[in-house]
Amino acid sequence: MSYKIKFKGPESLSGKEFTYCPGCHHGIVHRLVAEVIDELGIREKTLMVAPVGCSVFAYEFFDVDGTVAPHGRAPAVATGMKRAMPENVVFTYQGDGDLAAIGTAEILHAANRGEKITTIFINNAIYGMTGGQMAPTTLLGMKTTTSPYGRSAENEGYPLHMAELLSNLPGVAYLARTKVNKPQDVLKTKKMIKKAFLAQIEGKGFGMVEVLSTCPTNWGIPPVEANKWLEENMVPEYPLGVYVDKVGDEK
Amino acid sequence: MAEKVMVKGTEAIGEAAIRAGCRLYFGYPITPQSELTEYMSRRMPQVDGVFLQAESEVAAVNMLYGAASTGHRVMTSTSSPGYSLMQEGVSYIAGAELPVVFVNVVRGGPGLGDIQPAQSDYFQATKGGGHGDYRLVVYGPESLQEAVELTAKAFDVADKYRNPALILADGMLGQMMEPVEFPEFRDLSTLPDHSSWAMQGAKGREPHKITSFDINEYVLEQMNLRYQEKYKKIIENEQMWEEYKTDDADIIIVAYGTMGRIAKTIVNMAREKGVKAGLFRPITLWPYPYEALAKLADQAKLFFTVEMSMGQMVEDVKLAVNGKKTVEFYGRTGGVVPTPNEVLAKLMELI
Repeated sequence: MSYKIKFKGPESLSGKEFTYCPGCHHGIVHRLVAEVIDELGIREKTLMVAPVGCSVFAYEFFDVDGTVAPHGRAPAVATGMKRAMPENVVFTYQGDGDLAAIGTAEILHAANRGEKITTIFINNAIYGMTGGQMAPTTLLGMKTTTSPYGRSAENEGYPLHMAELLSNLPGVAYLARTKVNKPQDVLKTKKMIKKAFLAQIEGKGFGMVEVLSTCPTNWGIPPVEANKWLEENMVPEYPLGVYVDKVGDEK
Repeated sequence: MAEKVMVKGTEAIGEAAIRAGCRLYFGYPITPQSELTEYMSRRMPQVDGVFLQAESEVAAVNMLYGAASTGHRVMTSTSSPGYSLMQEGVSYIAGAELPVVFVNVVRGGPGLGDIQPAQSDYFQATKGGGHGDYRLVVYGPESLQEAVELTAKAFDVADKYRNPALILADGMLGQMMEPVEFPEFRDLSTLPDHSSWAMQGAKGREPHKITSFDINEYVLEQMNLRYQEKYKKIIENEQMWEEYKTDDADIIIVAYGTMGRIAKTIVNMAREKGVKAGLFRPITLWPYPYEALAKLADQAKLFFTVEMSMGQMVEDVKLAVNGKKTVEFYGRTGGVVPTPNEVLAKLMELI
């Protein structure tokens, strides 16, 4: 009797067990990135830079050469790699604290240089690893362990819209904001991630996909409810869509 | 035999790095070393190398981390406040065991300080600077020729031990001009092969992971013990110093870098006055040549440390001498370079 494999995990995941909480979207996005790497046939030349935050172990979850950067500095580390190895594919995977707070300068300048790297940006409006503190992307009125009375515009400013901010930079070749709380969104997100990789592979410039994600643990609500909360609260604040696309449609 | 050419200090170090096979430079302008950044921006394209002006020293040091992770020779240069900004990255680079060469053209501090030559970053260079138990190999050149030679050596030593190295210069060395003989260009095919650990793509092998991180304290302790083993080897193999007229000396002046060079004049002036002075000049500031200096404790009556700081290396001199003899200190700081006459006057007061 012979068997045919119809479905399996992506080659570009190492098989190491994820450290993420139940209901967290990191796992979905990891899988999508790995599937894209598989489909593009670039596993053997991909270099990954993990951040500091919940995805600090991400460099171990992918079956590619990897490292973990100081907090916020992944785009600078990736820049050094790409400049040294222009034929390789380099991507960073960063959360909102990493990318939109401590690493604002690094992401802005990497994007502005049109650095031929790809960034996967997880925006769950909160600091996960350190235990639910306020992020630059925390919504107004949202309670966190460092905004216990709710984020106020007067004291903490406004939710930072990174996709909109970066979309003004000519160095950006692909930029989209998406979510993965529904199956059709997952499929859409995979296509976006692929384009963000193609932006560097085709030498067009910087590519980034911002993924609105849940953090049931630190939001303090069950996973199903978290998906709903994301839909009702984050999506209105952070409009979904393709902000920059110089890659074009797949042939 | 190559001929001598007249060059500025910062440019001498830059050219030496290129000749040592460095083809990647990331930096941020800061006085008094911006000429090195400028020099690299001109030279790198001529040798098919990469020059990139970073948005900050913080970004620059992380670009070094990335480039070094791929197993390529890479350097940056900066000055005191800029090197302070880099300390987070320096710690990560040391922890991830990446070969990187740093140049710190030290200026007066603390804080914004000024732009004149100083040696007040000795503690930062040799005792840490960033967080954690780590060491950099630190060279303190006294002349441009020595800076050129130590730059090449810094790359070799960084590669050999997979450890960052630092050229600790000062604004005097950076800004002065003198004749220098450069070595030949290193054949890039002879550079060390780092393919056994570097991130170059997991083709036909298991993926390489580069990290200074482990959440398990026992594993992290093992990583640290491995670093310590490496540091022990560096201590055994890499100490460098110069002794000048120490054979019959009973007064040992201890000074490094620009101050070490000036101290040779002071030794000769003292000898003209009948004082048997000699100079001990550490060239590696880490590993510090404690034993070589300690050997002089039997013959010397007095150790006299002179620095362009309020007294930092003097603590290492005291460790070496270990209470056997008196260790005196004289220093000027804030960018003031002591003159031979004032140092000599202080010495004559002491004896």
